Amino acid sequence: MADSIRLRVSRYRPETDSGPHWQEYDVPLRKEWTVLDGLNHVKNEVDTTLSFRWSCRMGICGSCGMNVDGEPRLTCGTFLSDYEPGPVTIEPLANFPVVRDLVVDLSDFMKKLPRVKPWIIREDDHRTVEPDVEYLQTPGQLDAYQQFSMCINCMLCYAACPVYGLDPEFIGPAAIALAERYDLDSRDVGNRERLDVLIEHDGVWGCTFVGECTRVCPKHVDPASAIQRYKLKAAMETVKAFLLPRGAR
Amino acid sequence: MTPSGGTPTDLRLYRPRISTWWWTRKRSYFVFVMRELSSIFVAWFVAYLVLFLYAVGQDAAAYRRFLDWASSPWVTALNVVGLAFVLLHTVTWFNLTPQAMAVRVMGQKVPAFHIVAGQYTGLVVVSAFVFWLVTR
Amino acid sequence: MTRRRVEPLVWLMFSAGGVLAAVFLPILVFLFGLAFPLGWLDPPDYQHLRTVVGHPVTLVVLLGLFVLMLVHSAHRFRYTLYDGLQIKKKRTVAVLCYGTAIVGSTVTLVVLLAAA
Repeated sequence: MADSIRLRVSRYRPETDSGPHWQEYDVPLRKEWTVLDGLNHVKNEVDTTLSFRWSCRMGICGSCGMNVDGEPRLTCGTFLSDYEPGPVTIEPLANFPVVRDLVVDLSDFMKKLPRVKPWIIREDDHRTVEPDVEYLQTPGQLDAYQQFSMCINCMLCYAACPVYGLDPEFIGPAAIALAERYDLDSRDVGNRERLDVLIEHDGVWGCTFVGECTRVCPKHVDPASAIQRYKLKAAMETVKAFLLPRGAR
Repeated sequence: MTPSGGTPTDLRLYRPRISTWWWTRKRSYFVFVMRELSSIFVAWFVAYLVLFLYAVGQDAAAYRRFLDWASSPWVTALNVVGLAFVLLHTVTWFNLTPQAMAVRVMGQKVPAFHIVAGQYTGLVVVSAFVFWLVTR
Repeated sequence: MTRRRVEPLVWLMFSAGGVLAAVFLPILVFLFGLAFPLGWLDPPDYQHLRTVVGHPVTLVVLLGLFVLMLVHSAHRFRYTLYDGLQIKKKRTVAVLCYGTAIVGSTVTLVVLLAAA
């Protein structure tokens, strides 16, 4: 293994630049170092002006998503040694506006997520129900939605989705997967409210089942599966709406 | 996007443009677009088969003429390419089906392998039936 | 109460058409597009084909098959134009795509009835 590896990093300083440009840094190549370790080395020892997001450095917070050699990755889980001899190209997460260097603006997702009401919706008003009530679930009921609950909102799926890149109105993979997570939860009764949002044109229908979202997801959520299942669910509801008289719906 | 006045804390976002050739840059994107373009050949073959049925509806001479036209180099080449795209559609469609539906039998999730195998079985059965119906 | 929407139903037809295309087109294309014209297999006797094609069940099956495959094709191509060529006139594209499918379906029906 060589001593060092070159990082080719996208820099963008809005106060002076009109667009991004490359800057290269050589960082130590250690067996256990991740791309994030490399970036932190740059910031600590070489160039303190480099801006990027990170937090837990163990693949659970979802902060450190960037495009590494064109692929959306969590940089804390991407090993430098896999890119030997380099250079490793590091760009801000694709399909999002760039604030500075490797930091992107996620406000679009922040606006979209609440639209699908990603929380347990119950008929009873929580103010009148005993606050310490437990809602029991069998292992089978947990299994029904557990995979979709693993989402850490890292946005790699949005970076991978060509539809989101081309049509920013598209609500996106994670939002739909999270809606499905709550729809499938036995404690929740909010299916209709989420369907009303996702049956819109900017909801599930823009998805053309490219499948890239599932391929890049670091937590194996499989959002593509959630979206196709949601389309089928929406279609079945529409068929029922056409066939059944008003009272039965 | 040139910086233009404003306070230093203004957000001046850089929005990258997606190239028209985005789908040539990654193999998975390329295969996806090829899969989507198979739709052109599906439409072509519907048209081709309707033309064939039109000939059959007329008389034996029209049927003969159609087969002769269909054996010409350009039509043959188009049909060979088209068949390749149709097979791409079939293979990708079968592979995606398990991901698109959660099939449970007696409380257990049916493994993807069985769903894919079931579809290929259906393909064989249908193909055998059509072959028999047409050639008997 | 969800108001009645067309897109989910179009998607259902797209899916049905996709399944039918995946399962029926390989053999149909192989036989009628290559094997019979090129003589790899003896083309069926005209009278026999005429009888099969003329049967009412054949008419219904083929009509269903072709209409659904045309809708499948139109739906998929519509989104290919949005994503591939980044065409922004979305309503125009949709009308052209499904319009072609409707025209094609009508032609199919006429030809099938004439052959019956």
